[in-house]
Amino acid sequence: MNFSILIHETAEVFARRDEPAQRPVLYAPIGAYLQALRDAGVFVGGAGLEGPATATVLSANGTGWKVQDGPFADAKEQLAGIIIIDVPDRERALEWARRFPTQPGRKIELRANLIPPSE
Amino acid sequence: MSEAARAVERAARDSRARLLAFLAARSHDVAAAEDALSDAFRAALESWPRDGVPDKPEAWLLTAARRRLIDAARHARVHAQVKPELMAALDDAQVITSDHEHEFPDERLKLLFVCAHPAIDAAARTPLMLQTVLGLDAARIASAFLVKPSAMGQRLSRVKTKIRDAGIAFEIPHEAELAERLDAVLEAIYAAYGSGWDDVAGADPRRKGLAVEALELGALLMRLLPEEPEALGLSALMLYCESRRNARRGPDGEYVPLSEQDVTLWSQPMIEQAERLLRKAERMGRLDRFQLEAAIQSVHAQRAHTGNTDWESIALLYEGLVRIAPTIGARVGRAAAVAQARDPQTGWALLQQIPEQALISYQPYWALAAHLLDRMGRGDEAHAARERAIGLCEDAAMRAYLIRQQD
Repeated sequence: MNFSILIHETAEVFARRDEPAQRPVLYAPIGAYLQALRDAGVFVGGAGLEGPATATVLSANGTGWKVQDGPFADAKEQLAGIIIIDVPDRERALEWARRFPTQPGRKIELRANLIPPSE
Repeated sequence: MSEAARAVERAARDSRARLLAFLAARSHDVAAAEDALSDAFRAALESWPRDGVPDKPEAWLLTAARRRLIDAARHARVHAQVKPELMAALDDAQVITSDHEHEFPDERLKLLFVCAHPAIDAAARTPLMLQTVLGLDAARIASAFLVKPSAMGQRLSRVKTKIRDAGIAFEIPHEAELAERLDAVLEAIYAAYGSGWDDVAGADPRRKGLAVEALELGALLMRLLPEEPEALGLSALMLYCESRRNARRGPDGEYVPLSEQDVTLWSQPMIEQAERLLRKAERMGRLDRFQLEAAIQSVHAQRAHTGNTDWESIALLYEGLVRIAPTIGARVGRAAAVAQARDPQTGWALLQQIPEQALISYQPYWALAAHLLDRMGRGDEAHAARERAIGLCEDAAMRAYLIRQQD
């Protein structure tokens, strides 16, 4: 059963990524976490995302898309990364979500992936 | 607060669990007994300030709750055969409450056995105990178990439906199955405390906040089963772990492993209490898992007096523990102790015997493996194992500690 671990972060955490001294602090534990997921055979895929200011937003406007720069929504936390895991149940998924390194200003959302309807 | 309101509060604190256990043991319906009891407490809040506090507040509450249970049973579509039985059982309650000579019987032990019944999902046992025996609300329990309050509420009500529909008996198990059933009760109480001894690096409970409640459940079990050495062993074990609470974190919240803890921060009164319980258990002459685990912690506690740790004794106790209960935690603990008592190679050899499948996401194994590989001079392998331990960490302080070691 596939689950998505969605990592949301505040502007302050995004800003810290640009400080060279902060980069290993932020990334080293995430690297270890991803490796543990791979070693346990539950890692399906994922990506860390560039900051929300670099986003391009496309909004459907009836006939096509309106293209804009900037963050998708004016929320306190913005999506910073996605990890997809394959585990037997939600309890196991929660166990893995809890192991994601903590950081003040970080929020994790755990959602089950939709199962495509069989034809 | 008025005198009457204080009396209601006191009755709720001192007698709620006994009243609930008594009613549930007769109605076989925990949820209905809980509802009836809340109604009775509500009625007391209305009537006691007006009419005065009754002579026997517990009997008053029991009579009121009993009436609600009977009303509820009349209105609900209770199975025709069950109804007369329920009425008869509740009539017993009437006889008991009107008997001024005797207090009503304490059925909390039966309630504990029901909570840890084999038919009940192991994950639901501890929450059910916390709710029925200690009266914790679902939101509080949910936060301790890191799940949503609504999900915990649903889980608990499903379990209660199961107890009712499956007709799980409120009884003390027969001798033949007592040991096994008691083990489930002990396990469920210990789970509320947290997996202290699983963590070879320093005995740090993962689930914070329920320690006080777990100690309370442990103390209750000792009172209800005074002749049971394992009940004493469990309480001793929890007290040893609890005695180190203030030493587990440094001034800035950093993780401090057991071997580096400042022993002056350990609570000596708690250690002494644990020692007393453990000695009393040993005198009963039936050694088992929780006493062994407590004995291991007792050896650690000696360091406060002797300044060093008797790893030979700890290794020996783990050997006994692995024979009785070969859990992964016990096997990793034994390897750690043997590595300290003899050499890292011998400890490492024991670690290698643990089936690989069990280790995939078991963090303490990887932390110990890193430590032993370092001591054997196998730096690259140690680094990889420690990366794995970091990746499997749930606790931020422990993660930061391992990252510092990695540099």
